[in-house]
Amino acid sequence: MATRNSLGSIRRKLFGDSARAFGTLGVVLLLLLAIVPARDYFREWYRLQKGYLRLIHGRDDAITLQRRFQGGVHQTWIPALNVVDRCGSCHVAMKEVSLSGAIAQPFRPHPTVPHSLDEFGCVLCHRGQGVATTTEEAHRSTLAGEEPIIPARYFESSCGQCHLDKPTGTPRLNTGRNLLARYGCAHCHTIDLPYGARIMPTDDPPPLEHIAEKTTREWIYAWIKNPQAYSTAATMPNFQLKDDDARDISAFLISQSTPVAGAAPQSAASTPATPATPDAAILQAGASAYGESFCASCHAIQNTAGLLVGGNVGPELTRAGTKLKPDWLRQWVRNPKVYDPKTAMPHYRFDDKQLSLIAGFLGNKTDSDFLANVHLEPATAQQIAHGRLLVTEMGCATCHDINGVHHPDNFAPDLTNVGSRPLAKIVFFQGMPRTLPAYVEAKIRQPRKFGAALKMPQFTLSTTEVDDLVTALLAQTDRARAIPASLHVAGRTASNYDPAGQAGRLMHDLNCFSCHSINGRGGDMAPDLTWEGSSVQRDWLFKFFKNPNTLRPALIRRMPKFNLTDQEANTLTDYIMTVYQTPAFDRESVQPASDAPSIEEGRQLFYSKYACQACHIVDPQKDKGYVGPTLTQVGSRLNAAWIFQWLKAPQSLRPGTLEPDWQMSDADATSLTAFLVAQKGSGKTREAKRR
Amino acid sequence: MRLLLGISSVTILMLGAACSRRPPQPVVKGPATVPAAIVEVSGGKQVSTVGTPLDLPLVIQVNDAQGVAVAGAPVWFHGANGVAFEPSSGVTGSDGQFTFAATMGTVAGLYKIAALTTGVAGKTIELRIEERALGFEQNQGRQLSDLYCARCHDPESTAERVSNHDNLVAQAHAFSDGAFLNKMSDADLVSIIQHGGPALGKSAEMPPYGHTLSKSDILALAAYIRAVADPPNQSREALYAQK
Repeated sequence: MATRNSLGSIRRKLFGDSARAFGTLGVVLLLLLAIVPARDYFREWYRLQKGYLRLIHGRDDAITLQRRFQGGVHQTWIPALNVVDRCGSCHVAMKEVSLSGAIAQPFRPHPTVPHSLDEFGCVLCHRGQGVATTTEEAHRSTLAGEEPIIPARYFESSCGQCHLDKPTGTPRLNTGRNLLARYGCAHCHTIDLPYGARIMPTDDPPPLEHIAEKTTREWIYAWIKNPQAYSTAATMPNFQLKDDDARDISAFLISQSTPVAGAAPQSAASTPATPATPDAAILQAGASAYGESFCASCHAIQNTAGLLVGGNVGPELTRAGTKLKPDWLRQWVRNPKVYDPKTAMPHYRFDDKQLSLIAGFLGNKTDSDFLANVHLEPATAQQIAHGRLLVTEMGCATCHDINGVHHPDNFAPDLTNVGSRPLAKIVFFQGMPRTLPAYVEAKIRQPRKFGAALKMPQFTLSTTEVDDLVTALLAQTDRARAIPASLHVAGRTASNYDPAGQAGRLMHDLNCFSCHSINGRGGDMAPDLTWEGSSVQRDWLFKFFKNPNTLRPALIRRMPKFNLTDQEANTLTDYIMTVYQTPAFDRESVQPASDAPSIEEGRQLFYSKYACQACHIVDPQKDKGYVGPTLTQVGSRLNAAWIFQWLKAPQSLRPGTLEPDWQMSDADATSLTAFLVAQKGSGKTREAKRR
Repeated sequence: MRLLLGISSVTILMLGAACSRRPPQPVVKGPATVPAAIVEVSGGKQVSTVGTPLDLPLVIQVNDAQGVAVAGAPVWFHGANGVAFEPSSGVTGSDGQFTFAATMGTVAGLYKIAALTTGVAGKTIELRIEERALGFEQNQGRQLSDLYCARCHDPESTAERVSNHDNLVAQAHAFSDGAFLNKMSDADLVSIIQHGGPALGKSAEMPPYGHTLSKSDILALAAYIRAVADPPNQSREALYAQK
């Protein structure tokens, strides 16, 4: 009763008459209105903005900075990119370059990047939750399976959402994409890039259809148990096979092998078991032949210090004699195309002496320890059947050609959208960080930790390589697919260029494309030959095919001597001179002056104005530069029109060449061309290595 | 006194941790001699990228007053601005050395990493190691430098690239040569890259790259040159030392 009375009195006091009621309602309304600013007052961004104003307070440019500062929540909305960012609410000084180095986060200005912050927003590159207005939610919201800020070491993955070219600014992404191809990830996993491109494997696993000709069951057994024990550089992963499984797989692989059609018959005693050691002089000659044939451009051999010396296009040969049967090795060196028509190895035309020397040298590269503990009983039919089952189940045929086993499609999960995989769909193992980058990294580093029955094998990768791979995979986002075509930067499109006819057949036989690129197809080890016919002189090219010499002794990788016949060399020379011409200029368009004053003027320009001797050698007695090719015989090698055009705009003839673009005047280019054309040298042809 | 207690308790904790990792070994009772100095064996002055580990591990050695290596000395590390260490503390081995990896923070600049141990009467002995972390623009400059500049400006040859440095009449300055390059203004630096040596009255052996590289490429190169200067370029470089 008393309560009721007091309530009634309060009501009378507040709403007793219209004036009181009006006043009270006014106060309530005022309080309600105050909630919004009061709520903002306690927001994190408000506190940070106040902090920013305090920070800039005493500075010389405080007034300018204050004038540019605007309080409140800032939002960047870019509908085309599906970007809604409020990062600028806390990161208020992103564009204040004068603050760089002076102020810590969140007030550091954004470093210089090739893109405008207004056009691209923040989350496209940094990921995270753009619409969030608290530090925790924006940066680390992982609970709801949303994207946190991407760790700095994988940052380049964001560039990969649009960039399919290989920008110099993203070495990690570029390497990662190369590794996806080089380690054969793309054999099992489909990895589609936006706009129809796809990562294709480049590791070229050997066919196993005739494996018994090549090696022994014991070697196969030891190899599949641990490929890296045979070759540290092996890209084949470790499948962590049990002894019995390795025994059965080796039994099956030998049993399915068929003889090579058209190969010389094998001699009965064809085993690689320790051939009688040839005498030192022959081995030395073999090593020389190996060196002279530039096998090291593609193959590596461990030196006495245990370091690999040579390229990684072909397999490491340190223990080749333990692996390869002598007859097979001889046949392979004679013509590798007989065993594997798709091999990247060129068909050298070795004579019998070279053949014996090289095969002898490689056959002697043995390691008795490698097979020391391998003792296999003859295989039973049951073991072979089990081996076949294992080979099928483990997907060996995704990489290798094996008789009677089909190449499986979609063998492993599609990784096209792995960078956007929702956390809810991921099974983490105990104790690992529950983030997508950590998951992808762990999957590569220790795949079997996610389950012993999983098929993904153990790769041998350095920490850097794993980071590179994670970077490349995190670029595979849903967002990458939704980005408008106008922002998409295409990479080099795969070319199916295929020269035909007699010259085409020769080029296939010599595997020119393993090293040289022509019309967008081929390797990057040697110069691009697309416009070679406009560049060089016919006589020089012919002599070069017959006997390639180098201008750069420092280079390990060089054009080998294939022992071409005159007819073969002529066929190739004619084809290159006729077909590989640039439409940009005519070979005959420049007739260089040959009078002494012009040449002398060119000499002056060469040595003083342009100081070409810093990188090139014209006079071997005096000049020392060897960044660029030696020019002592350039007049016998290059075409005058090419020299002239090259001086004018080198990158237009060979994109990416190191030669600076001088924007040389016609007069200077004419004089320099006259000088260079006069450099005929001793008449001995030399190779031109231009990179 | 409180500091002393703190340090000794940290030491005991770390010793405990070190011992628990290797249970079969006898209990380490602390260093036989008292540490007097920490010296850097290798891994200092590396150029790395923000947020990534240094390419090479850092190796330090704890010595006593006579310069003899101290085994079993506790060491731990500090680094400001998000530098992480793996492991972050430990005990020196029988050769008095300790090897660890460091991951740089997310801000570009010069990082001063501190390696610490306890000396006489619990006094903390410190070694400062300088490392650099490059940001995006500087890293871009590094790529361009490796491609275009290093052949002449880096006196060291690698397996893939023979240095042309000694073949020149003019002396190409290594980009780490802060003593010389810090004296050049930004405008001069950009100008010599853009227009070549003659633009500053220097040798024509330095060619112009103004038509080969874009303006942003040249700025990236300049940023890289500033970032690797030793002694550091104070005008550009933000210093992130231990607070």
